[in-house]
Amino acid sequence: MTHLPYIAASYGLFAIMALVFSVGAALRLKRDRIRLATLEQKAPRKAGAAPQS
Amino acid sequence: MSASPTFVARTGNFFHRYANPGQFLKLGARLQPWLTWPAILLTLTGLGWGLFFSPADWQQGDSVRIMYVHVPAAMLASAGYAGLAICGLLSLVWRHPLADLAAVEIGPVGASITALCLATGSLWGKPMWGTWWVWDARLTSVLVLFFLYLGHIALIRAFDDPQRGYKAAAILALAGAVDLPIIKFSVQWWNTLHQPDSITLTGAPTMSSSMLWPLALSALGMGLGFAAIVVARTRAAVMESRIRALLSSPRRRGNAA
Repeated sequence: MTHLPYIAASYGLFAIMALVFSVGAALRLKRDRIRLATLEQKAPRKAGAAPQS
Repeated sequence: MSASPTFVARTGNFFHRYANPGQFLKLGARLQPWLTWPAILLTLTGLGWGLFFSPADWQQGDSVRIMYVHVPAAMLASAGYAGLAICGLLSLVWRHPLADLAAVEIGPVGASITALCLATGSLWGKPMWGTWWVWDARLTSVLVLFFLYLGHIALIRAFDDPQRGYKAAAILALAGAVDLPIIKFSVQWWNTLHQPDSITLTGAPTMSSSMLWPLALSALGMGLGFAAIVVARTRAAVMESRIRALLSSPRRRGNAA
């Protein structure tokens, strides 16, 4: 396999790209889901709290 | 003449059925595992088969194994841009709200897969052609595609008013789609160093089935993976726009008071 470095570099680049995008998307989804759930929980409380102030 | 607006309106109604962000989030959440797990399974099978079990080429030797990454990347580079152009059309003609968000998310993924296609092409070209790069019609048209992706990414974020950015980027996406047939037919129209297509829609493939199967599996797997990443990023973008709306609404109320 004299072309091994070229083959390894090709597969390695793909693996890095796939990992970066899939892990990045999963983390972004998780973070946004948590933030959205927190905000949606707070939103009615704020609406309820407004008349008291 | 009256048939045209009716057709546009009817088609618009069809697309807008799926424009509701809440519905999209539900549909996306249901779709996500059906895209992700087959993508992982098919890509690992296809690439593993191509790397360890498919035969070496009689002329190219083992470097032909780069094909199992390079060819799907090339297909996805063009398919991703076609997706971008469709989003542009949906945005300009039907003002589809999710089309703009999807276009923002397709851009970086498409640009990266195009960069991967160019990089693996160079890694394949060096041992086979003796050079990393030639200004060949196929290579140059794919490089133009990469710059179109970069232009789209830059343009969509270049305006203070996001709507102006979406519109400008949609026009670029549609205009840039002219590069897709040039990429496809470049190896037929010009005398290129890049080999002609081994797989066509009309003719029989010119490669052995022992190479064709792993290539088909990795192409299908990477295609599903591309779709899974775009769907996940678009879901996140929809959630972020909801978060922005929730965060800005009390401020507006405060300003008004």
